[in-house]
Amino acid sequence: MSAQRSAVENRRGFRLLRILLPALVLVLGLAAWELVVRINNIPPYVLPGPLLVLRTLISDWTVLFQSLLTTLLTTLEGFIAASIGGIALALLFNQSKLVEYSLFPYAVILQVTPVIAIAPLLLIYLPQQTAVVVCAWIVGFFPVLSNTTLGLNSVDRNLAGLFQLYGASRLQSLRLLKLPSALPYILGGLRISGGLSLIGAVVAEIAAGTAGAGSGLAYRIAESGYRLNIPRMFAALLLLSLAGIVIYGLLALISHLALRRWHESALGKEN
Amino acid sequence: MDEGIILPGSGADIAGISVSLQGVTKIYDSGVAALGQLDLKVRKGEFVALVGPSGCGKSTALRIIAGLSAPTSGEVRVSYHGEEGRPGQGISGQAIGFVFQEPTLMPWTSVRENVRLPLKLARVAAAQADARVEEALQRVGLLEFAKSYPRELSGGMKMRVSLARALVTDPDILLMDEPFAALDEITRFRLNNDLLALWRNLRKTVIFVTHSVFESVYLSQRVVVMTSRPGRIAAEISVTALEPRGEEFRTSAAYTDYCRKVSAALAPSYSGRSAL
Repeated sequence: MSAQRSAVENRRGFRLLRILLPALVLVLGLAAWELVVRINNIPPYVLPGPLLVLRTLISDWTVLFQSLLTTLLTTLEGFIAASIGGIALALLFNQSKLVEYSLFPYAVILQVTPVIAIAPLLLIYLPQQTAVVVCAWIVGFFPVLSNTTLGLNSVDRNLAGLFQLYGASRLQSLRLLKLPSALPYILGGLRISGGLSLIGAVVAEIAAGTAGAGSGLAYRIAESGYRLNIPRMFAALLLLSLAGIVIYGLLALISHLALRRWHESALGKEN
Repeated sequence: MDEGIILPGSGADIAGISVSLQGVTKIYDSGVAALGQLDLKVRKGEFVALVGPSGCGKSTALRIIAGLSAPTSGEVRVSYHGEEGRPGQGISGQAIGFVFQEPTLMPWTSVRENVRLPLKLARVAAAQADARVEEALQRVGLLEFAKSYPRELSGGMKMRVSLARALVTDPDILLMDEPFAALDEITRFRLNNDLLALWRNLRKTVIFVTHSVFESVYLSQRVVVMTSRPGRIAAEISVTALEPRGEEFRTSAAYTDYCRKVSAALAPSYSGRSAL
C-alpha cells in the first residue's frame, strides 16, 4: 500500500522534474547570455542580450504581431493544401496502381529538390502570396502523402478478408476499413507537415526578401538584418519558434484526442 | 439433427449437403501445392473438425470455402437457405460466418460497432441491425461490454466478440480457423463448451480447423484428418458420443479412445515431416 503510494509520488515527482529541468536550463542559459553581453560590453547590433530582445518584442509588438499573423495565415493555407493534396493523392494512388506508378517518382523529385532553390523560380511565375503558399505546400505535402500511403497499405490482412467476405464495396472498405486503419499514420504525417509548412512559408518569404511586397516574420527578419536591427531579428525569430511549437503542440493534441481510445501510440505504458 | 456415422464422400442426400468440395486443388503462384485433391461433403447442421499438421492446407481449404481464395481446380458449392451457389458470388456474405485465428477486430471502434459491421456492409436498416447486434452479444454473454473497445477486453472476450460478429448475419455455415489456439487452456475449455451450447441451439454447419486432437474430438461429430503438402484427407473418424457433451465427456474412456484413433491417423504425416 505504502509502496504503491510512493510509486505514485515518484511518478508525479518525475513528471515535475521533466518540466522543471528544461526550465532551469533555459533560465541558466538566458542568465549566462545576459551576463556575457554585459561583462564584455557587446553592442546590441552585434549581440543583444535577452532582456533587450524582450523589450524589443514588447515595443515592436504591433509590427511583429501583424507579421506573425501574415506568416501564420500562409502556413495555414500551405498546410491545408498539403493535407488535402497529400491525402487525396494517396487515396488516388491506393485506388489505381497505374496512377501511382506514373506520378510517384515526381512526388519524390519535388520532395528531394531543396525548396529554397525552387522558391526564386516560383516567385518569378506566380504572384508572391501564391508562391509562398505553393512553397509551404511543396514542403508539407510529401510526409502526408507517404505516411497516408503507408497507412492505407498496412490494413490487417484478415480484416480485409472479412470485408471481402461480406461483399463490401470499394467505398465501404475505404471509409470503414482503410481510412480508420491509416488514421494514426495520417496524423503522424500531418504532425510533420505542420512544422514543414511553416518552414516552407519562411523560406519563400526569405527568398522574396525585401523586394517582395509581403510583411511576414521572415520578411521582418531579412529587413531587420539589412538595417542592423539585430534585437528585432531575435524577437522575430523567437516568435517564429513559438509559432512552430504551438503548431506542433496543437497537432499532437489533436492526434492524441483522436487515438487515445484505441491506438498503442496514445496509450499509457501500463495499459 | 439426425445422428449416425457418415461415410466419407457418400453424399447420399444431396439436399442435405451444406458445403461440398470436389477435386479441389490449390497451387500457389510460387509453385507450392497447398491442397491436393480434396473431396469433402459437409451435411447441414454438422460439426466437422479439420485436423492436421501446420501447413497442411486446412486454413487454405477454409478460405476457399469462404470464397476468400479461388481453387486452382475443382468445384466448391455452398448452399444457403436451400439455394446453391459458388462462394464469393453474393451468397457468401450472408451464408457464411468466418472466425479467424486472431480476433481480427477493428481496434478503433467499440464492441457493438464491430459486431454490427457485417450488417452495415449489407446495408441492413439501423433498427433491425440494433436488435440483431444485441441478440448476438447476448448469445456470447458480452452485452454489458457493448461499449468497450477491443483493447479493454481479454483474449477470450475478444474471441467471443469475433464469434458474435460471425453469428450476427445468422449464417448457415460457420467457418472457424483455429479460433482458440492462442488462448490459455482454461479459457479454451470454457469457449469450447460455449461453442457447443451455441451449436446445439442454432444447429449451424460448423467447419472447425484446429491442430489440437483433443479439441477436435471434444467438439465435432466428425474429425477429418489431413496430410501435409499437398493437403489431402488421410482419414475420417466419426465421433458418436452422447449429447450433450460436457466436462464428463472430456474425462471419459470413449473420449480417450477417439483421441488415440485421431492421433494414430495423424502420426504418418508427422513422421514424414520429421524425416525431412
